[in-house]
Amino acid sequence: MATATVANHDSAAHDHHDHEHHDNFVTKYIFTQDHKMIGKQFLITGMFWAIIGGFLSILFRLQLGFPGMDMSFLRPILGGWIDEAGALDPTFYLALVTMHGTIMVFFVLTAGLSGTFSNYLIPLQIGARDMASGFMNMLSYWFFFLSSVIMFISLFIKTGPAGGGWVVYPPLSALEQAIPGSGLGMTLWLVAMTCFIASSLLGGINYITTVINLRTKGMSFSRLPLTIWAFFLTAVIGLLSFPVLFAAALLLVFDRSFGTSFYLSDIYIAGEALPNTGGSPVLFQHLFWFLGHPEVYIVLLPALGITSEIIATNSRKPIFGYKAMIISMLGITILSFIVWAHHMFVSGMNPFLGSIFMFLTLIIAVPSAVKVFNYLTTLWRGNLIFTPGMLFSIGLVSFFISGGLTGIFLGNSAIDIQLHDTYFVVAHFHLVMGSASFFGLMAGVYHWFPKMFGRMMDAKLGYIHFWLTFAGVYLVFFPMHYIGIAGFPRRYYSWTNFEFANMYTDLNMFVSVAAIITFAAQFIFIFNFFYSMFRGRIASLNPWRSNTLEWTTPLHPGHGNWPGEIPTVYRWPYDYSKPGAEEDFIPQTVPLSATPESNLPHEQELVKLELEIMKEDEEVLVANESKH
Amino acid sequence: MESELKYVDLVEQPISMHPKKFALWLFIVTVVMVFAAWTSAFIVRQAEGNWLDYDLPQIFWFTSGIVILSSVALHWAYLSAKKDNFSQLRIGMSLAVILGICFLVGQWFSWIALVDSEVFFVGNPAGSFLYVLTGMHALHLISGLIFLIIVLISTFRYKVHSKSMDTMEMATTYWHFLGGLWLYLFMFLLLNH
Ligand code: HEM
Ligand SMILES: [Cu+2]
Repeated sequence: MATATVANHDSAAHDHHDHEHHDNFVTKYIFTQDHKMIGKQFLITGMFWAIIGGFLSILFRLQLGFPGMDMSFLRPILGGWIDEAGALDPTFYLALVTMHGTIMVFFVLTAGLSGTFSNYLIPLQIGARDMASGFMNMLSYWFFFLSSVIMFISLFIKTGPAGGGWVVYPPLSALEQAIPGSGLGMTLWLVAMTCFIASSLLGGINYITTVINLRTKGMSFSRLPLTIWAFFLTAVIGLLSFPVLFAAALLLVFDRSFGTSFYLSDIYIAGEALPNTGGSPVLFQHLFWFLGHPEVYIVLLPALGITSEIIATNSRKPIFGYKAMIISMLGITILSFIVWAHHMFVSGMNPFLGSIFMFLTLIIAVPSAVKVFNYLTTLWRGNLIFTPGMLFSIGLVSFFISGGLTGIFLGNSAIDIQLHDTYFVVAHFHLVMGSASFFGLMAGVYHWFPKMFGRMMDAKLGYIHFWLTFAGVYLVFFPMHYIGIAGFPRRYYSWTNFEFANMYTDLNMFVSVAAIITFAAQFIFIFNFFYSMFRGRIASLNPWRSNTLEWTTPLHPGHGNWPGEIPTVYRWPYDYSKPGAEEDFIPQTVPLSATPESNLPHEQELVKLELEIMKEDEEVLVANESKH
Repeated sequence: MESELKYVDLVEQPISMHPKKFALWLFIVTVVMVFAAWTSAFIVRQAEGNWLDYDLPQIFWFTSGIVILSSVALHWAYLSAKKDNFSQLRIGMSLAVILGICFLVGQWFSWIALVDSEVFFVGNPAGSFLYVLTGMHALHLISGLIFLIIVLISTFRYKVHSKSMDTMEMATTYWHFLGGLWLYLFMFLLLNH
């Protein structure tokens, strides 16, 4: 139906303008409804935010590694946030941390990752002309853009951007008197996040509708690439959790601007009691983490899906445990909604409730471990081809293991008393969420760049980028475990006045230097990306010899993806190195009847059915042709 | 140009459900989640004590009746549209819209009654929650009203008939949902105050 409307719309436009209808600059690059262009818009915006977010982290790493250093050279950018002596303003430090978290979690790893690849790959890999609603899809991007503009403006206002941490706990975030960042900056944060939620929901509704309704013939759920499964479940998680963040944020807005007391109670400021009574700050934590924990999987699942695809392709082996992968993703989807209170073990929660959440949290490690196991067994004795995309995928698996292990410690409510809000947590989630998802994003870009732009990225630069980043990530985040176990708290501007923390000065300096090098290495990628876009080697149609449908489109697919019929799908996407087959890959569009030499016994039985269906198709096709 | 046309020419694809209708259901899911969040926050907060007890405005009983009647009228209109009975369709839809407006007015009076009994938006969260729940429901109802009015206008242009029921069906689904949502909220408030 939607494709039919697309068709009607296009042919109608065609009639009106009488052969003049061609996409002009605005409808092609700006207000486009083509899912491929929208995906690229998300990617470019995400990259922009990644640079900003990364830069902010360098600023606060400077303060952490070299406490009180003279930052006057940054005055041209930071202006009044550097005081006379050249030191960074402590409240601005908090704002930096807050904006770094918000930008990375939401703008880069949610919009930049899901937004890019769900949009780009869903129609291409399921065999659809476009998303269910191109208009909603366009709206989704522009809500994100609006949100970005507002968040960006908040960086430059006089009182600074929001400063209460990316989790914006009240009362800190609710009271303007608390820190400068809780004034206008926090208001803009809330407005921007509301637009962001609208964008995510519009996108998510579209992804789900498309995957369910617009699959091409033969593309049953058991033949979907794991990427699509991952994007689909990510959208489901988003659909169920983002509304809750909205609900929480709206009550916060009422507390901030209308004087209600949902989260505020019995607060004294400078000896004066505030009028608010009866509120509960823990209520906010519950609502926030009901989104917040699923959000970490919203960030991770698409990266895992991308990895499944790339690892299978470049190991020239079927993915190990396709069904187990789907089941564990389903398990993660469900479980991710019932573990949120592990972020609140020390909030004064009933310890019995804490044990329940501890138990549920440890269960979620099981499907995660199944996925890791399946990646490793897919790699095991494969004909590994180390493309940059493959390296980044393997890097993801490595981070997922090393970061996932620390999750098990944190999930124990007793151990978490020591570890909560220390650098141990920072190390945990930067490995398992931040770096793993970032590597998934990078893997995806390297892998699908030829499809996106019709050219290859430079592999050598890709390798350099990979090794610098891979080593850099471990050098930055691994030491943080130690300082975390020592009790070093996160979000502190200065720590040198604590006796126990003094001995870590060198370590912190080391981390900061590593961070700067890692950040600098990303510009190799940026260069490679834009250079290859215009000057890269022209790609072949299927450069990775992959099975999925997107590689059956022309080099520069038009709006509608396939000229002529949408291909029909006859097999799952992981027929790599099938015994008996001539080539080491059999694309999904090759009928079983064409490969008698490699069919398994049960597939041989399907051949008859397949031939019947193909005959019917033929008849429909002929009937269609005669209509025109 | 040629190639562009070829792209769209041969579109004929099996599709399981009208994607717009499906998307509407997904939207309804998000609204359910928003209200689920607020009602569970209500319970969590109430369990902590320091909770103002007050009587729910009696008007809620009337507005609940109105919302049911409005849904009935719309359903009648929907059935009439299926039978291409245009005069009944318009009467039914107009009735639904008018009753919808009456519901909103009724909700406004419930707020006046609340203020009269000293339950304010700003104050104990017990009261604030009531305003948020009714207010946000009213806001969604207004969006539903706008949708209904758009469909009502298109009925005068003969755009809704037995062969073109999609928007009408969607409007009906959304409106029934909003009515049901109110009944849920009212029951919830009756049971938890
Ligand atoms: C093996 C499974 C995992 C377990 C048992 C686990 C457990 C935990 C626990 C208990 C905390 C709270 C620590 C504290 O604040 O004291 C935590 C924090 C966090 N985890 Fe995990 N985790 C796991 C996997 C993941 C994954 C896969 C992601 C992301 C993709 C993730 C992202 C995060 C984030 C972002 C935080 C910190 C949030 C903040 O306070 O700002 N975790 N984890
Ligand atoms: Cu969590």
